[in-house]
Amino acid sequence: MSALQIKKGSTKHSAYNLRPTFSDVQETHTLAVIVDNEPGVLARVIGLFSGRGYNIDSLTVAEVDHTGHTSRITIVTTGTPQVIEQIKAQLGRIVPVHEVHDLTVEGPSVERELALLKVRGAGEKRVEALRLADIFRANAVDSTLDSFIFELTGTPDKIDAFAELMRPLGLVEIARTGVAALSRGS
Amino acid sequence: MTRQMTGAKMVVQALKDQGVDVVFGYPGGAVLPIYDEVFQQNDIRHVLVRHEQGAVHAAEGYARATGRPGVVLVTSGPGATNAVTGMTDALMDSIPIIVLSGQVPTFMIGNDAFQEADTVGITRPCTKHNWLVKDTAELSDTLHQAFHVATQGRPGPVLVDIPKDVQFASAEYTPPQKARTRHYAPQVKGDMAAITELVEALETAERPIFYTGGGVINSGPAATQLLRELVEATGVPITSTLMGLGAYPASGGNWLGMLGMHGLYEANMAMHGCDLMINVGARFDDRITGRVDAFSPHSRKAHIDIDPSSINKVIHTEIPIVGDIAHVLEDVLKVWKSRGRKVNREGIEKWWAQISEWRMVRCLDFSQAGPAIKPQYAIQRLEELTKGHDRYVCTEVGQHQMWAAQYMGFEDPGRWMTSGGLGTMGYGFPASIGVQMGHPDALVINVAGEASWLMNMQEMGTAVQYRLPVKQFILNNERLGMVRQWQELLHGERYSSSWSEALPDFVKLAEAFGAKGILCSDPADLDDAIMEMLDHDGPVIFDCLVEKHENCFPMIPSGEPHNKMLLGENASTKDAIKEGGAVLV
Repeated sequence: MSALQIKKGSTKHSAYNLRPTFSDVQETHTLAVIVDNEPGVLARVIGLFSGRGYNIDSLTVAEVDHTGHTSRITIVTTGTPQVIEQIKAQLGRIVPVHEVHDLTVEGPSVERELALLKVRGAGEKRVEALRLADIFRANAVDSTLDSFIFELTGTPDKIDAFAELMRPLGLVEIARTGVAALSRGS
Repeated sequence: MTRQMTGAKMVVQALKDQGVDVVFGYPGGAVLPIYDEVFQQNDIRHVLVRHEQGAVHAAEGYARATGRPGVVLVTSGPGATNAVTGMTDALMDSIPIIVLSGQVPTFMIGNDAFQEADTVGITRPCTKHNWLVKDTAELSDTLHQAFHVATQGRPGPVLVDIPKDVQFASAEYTPPQKARTRHYAPQVKGDMAAITELVEALETAERPIFYTGGGVINSGPAATQLLRELVEATGVPITSTLMGLGAYPASGGNWLGMLGMHGLYEANMAMHGCDLMINVGARFDDRITGRVDAFSPHSRKAHIDIDPSSINKVIHTEIPIVGDIAHVLEDVLKVWKSRGRKVNREGIEKWWAQISEWRMVRCLDFSQAGPAIKPQYAIQRLEELTKGHDRYVCTEVGQHQMWAAQYMGFEDPGRWMTSGGLGTMGYGFPASIGVQMGHPDALVINVAGEASWLMNMQEMGTAVQYRLPVKQFILNNERLGMVRQWQELLHGERYSSSWSEALPDFVKLAEAFGAKGILCSDPADLDDAIMEMLDHDGPVIFDCLVEKHENCFPMIPSGEPHNKMLLGENASTKDAIKEGGAVLV
């Protein structure tokens, strides 16, 4: 048997191009991660995402059980189906992680985000801002003679839409909490 | 009965209660109270290394050769940062290690105190888990948890950072039985439906192959036994990764040899041509798969692994089974037997005939011609003269490592200690020290290259101090051999910084440390020189001057699939690696 011939040429496929056979479709998933509220747990989760090159679209965290000291981290992430599966498996390996739920595949869920928007303006623009806030059911939680702060709760899309409308009306600053989510039903 | 004691005493007590008999470490300001306690007892032996990296590799060697977790004790700041490479190595190779590091007192943390480093921050990505203990009352419980996490599930390194004031303060000691091992309980039993599917596939497969890895060894002796039983009973060929050598004996009838980048021709061709691949405790590493989209294109793949994240990470698997290897293999055997021990005899017979053809390529053949010792010949003679011994082999990283894997045979698990995932030059020598601590009467050999060996040569002091008769078998080509090989193959023979000038005289170096040095450069003298090394009761540096430009074959060039291997002598190495492959390592 003769030695194998290696042909000249180039290839993009390589040992490091690890995922050529998997789907390229990008999906956005919302994950709920129940963790022990101990020092460094958030760093472990964030470090996992940065260390392995995953995306974080939004992340919220707070202690939800004060007696059991558990926190709920809600992460919105984007990736191919295979990457999403890896993210869940990798999260599950972290020692203080109790549960990982993929709310996007586990059935219908409710997703909400809270935003504070500061809008500065006068005259017609100021009136228009108030009128639109009313349509979006946003509350004015602070007002001065030349500005408002609106509080708006809703899906990220709704907040995006409202922010777009406010931009020409004098939007100067926006603060968003990121998504909190729960699965529907019992 | 409650037992009040200081944090420092708790550390020693917890180690005793966990059955620890040896600790590798290096003292410093922030761990002095613990060293004071170590001094006042005789149950735990402390091995003073010469650099903290050596301590971790020694603990790794100890862990792999004994099956018990290795323990490391280092000081704050530089002590902990020096241990980082070892912990990363242990993480990549799934070796259970417990690192205890001192820390500046709690009230000084964050003040840039002397020898302060954010140890838990630095080691978070290179440990399985780590803890900073701020209260002595939590210390013993945390230490027991550390042992639990390091050894359960997929093993790995853990670190417990202990501030100095926590070591001085007193609290109640929690014994291991009362420790909260909490919710960390990885799944060990495999899914029966998947196991049945695997058995069904095994019954009909014409060209099945077992592809096994370090997970079999980590799972313990039962896994090895069950694997051997299954392989023998089914007659299926078996290959293994670098990490899994010894799980199935090299002398076994179904053994194909190691697979992968420098694996055997027959093993790689069988991986490429199989119709059923059963991955047992391996992880489709890039050294194994080569080009992924051309990896074993015609096979169904089953994957048994205790870590769910290993499954479908690189290669899509039709039959995933999450569980401990021993538990799963026991169920596989049970189901296979209960269904009548069926296999496709005719298919497997043809499969073996095909494999025999591949074997006739004799991919490891070389010729010992000329005045210089061929490195392959050196390993072959070493194997021949030591295989009858109660022998443990460590390696450094590079060509010598691959030659050792190719030309040495391992009959049992835990006899082969090498840095697989991280590829840490400087691993082998301290690892051999750890192995010898675990097996004082065994023959422990470190097959090394001169460049790797120099990376942790300071441990010669440790070997001499503790009278550890480790044999340092150095294949000296005065080159960074593997780097040189790659530069020859894909960087136009421009040997940038891969050449060691000013190497020490290794015989004099050995003598300077109070050890024995042997120099050998003539093939005719090799056997006698090796025998002289074996006969010496003490550490030996064996400086084996070998052919300087030998390349390691077979080789799957980067970016190529398994059936595109470069072979020795016959193969043209010019333009072997495609442009796209040059970006890989």
